[in-house]
Amino acid sequence: MINLDPHNWVAAHADYLYAYAITRINDEEQARDLVQDTFLAALEKVKSFEGKSSERTWLTAILRNKIVDVYRKKSSGLKPVTINEAEEQQADFFSEDGHWVTEHSPKEFGIEDKDHLVSREFDHILKKCLQKLPALWMAVFTMKHIEEEPTDTICAELKVTAANFWVIIHRAKLNLRACLQKNWI
Amino acid sequence: MSQLKKIIYNCKQATFLIEKKSITRLTFRETVELRIHLYGCSFCRLFNKQSKIINDMVSELFRNSTGSNIRLDDDFKKELQERIEEELKK
Repeated sequence: MINLDPHNWVAAHADYLYAYAITRINDEEQARDLVQDTFLAALEKVKSFEGKSSERTWLTAILRNKIVDVYRKKSSGLKPVTINEAEEQQADFFSEDGHWVTEHSPKEFGIEDKDHLVSREFDHILKKCLQKLPALWMAVFTMKHIEEEPTDTICAELKVTAANFWVIIHRAKLNLRACLQKNWI
Repeated sequence: MSQLKKIIYNCKQATFLIEKKSITRLTFRETVELRIHLYGCSFCRLFNKQSKIINDMVSELFRNSTGSNIRLDDDFKKELQERIEEELKK
């Protein structure tokens, strides 16, 4: 049975939780607030802690739910992307018959090599390209590819339909890849 | 045009299936369609390769960040722990 030690929380976990939050929401002020909210919410839940996971895992799960709330709030301000709209936006990558448009067709840009070393500069561009994605797409993309959440959970938490989920997953990767190609060559 | 021919010449659908495949299992039909498309389309073969690498790189970026030197400033941390101590007294 693992015991919680709130007297040591900040020293033990605050930097970790802050780094976790800032990578996902990219706003220092908001990330700090989330860390604080996480500890305060955790204090109220101390009694329900079952000791099945580590203290850090438990705190991270609380933070994760708060981040999803942020994602949801950010994306609910926007008009939901309908399938048709997303399809229309897709027109810039593909011509009417579904072929790549010449100027957007994939080219090698230096990541294809197995020995490719990820540099700081590349990470910087990758971050920039991720930030360019609409909030909802970024949320769907990271919840799926990073947190590996089940698709049903993502759809329910972010209030997107299954059909829109697939459109977003496709569209997010097309944009991310195009952005990297454009900025890294 | 038959359904099969449509996908063979359709990069939009092929890239969609590439993304779908990274998350879930494709149906038998989709698997066949994608395989035929990739056999004949070097652009989508490259997309397929890059897409997987990008997923790996994004995962790496997120993983590294939590072990990195991103830190909260000490004043903030001090106040935060004090706030927690106050709550504990209640």
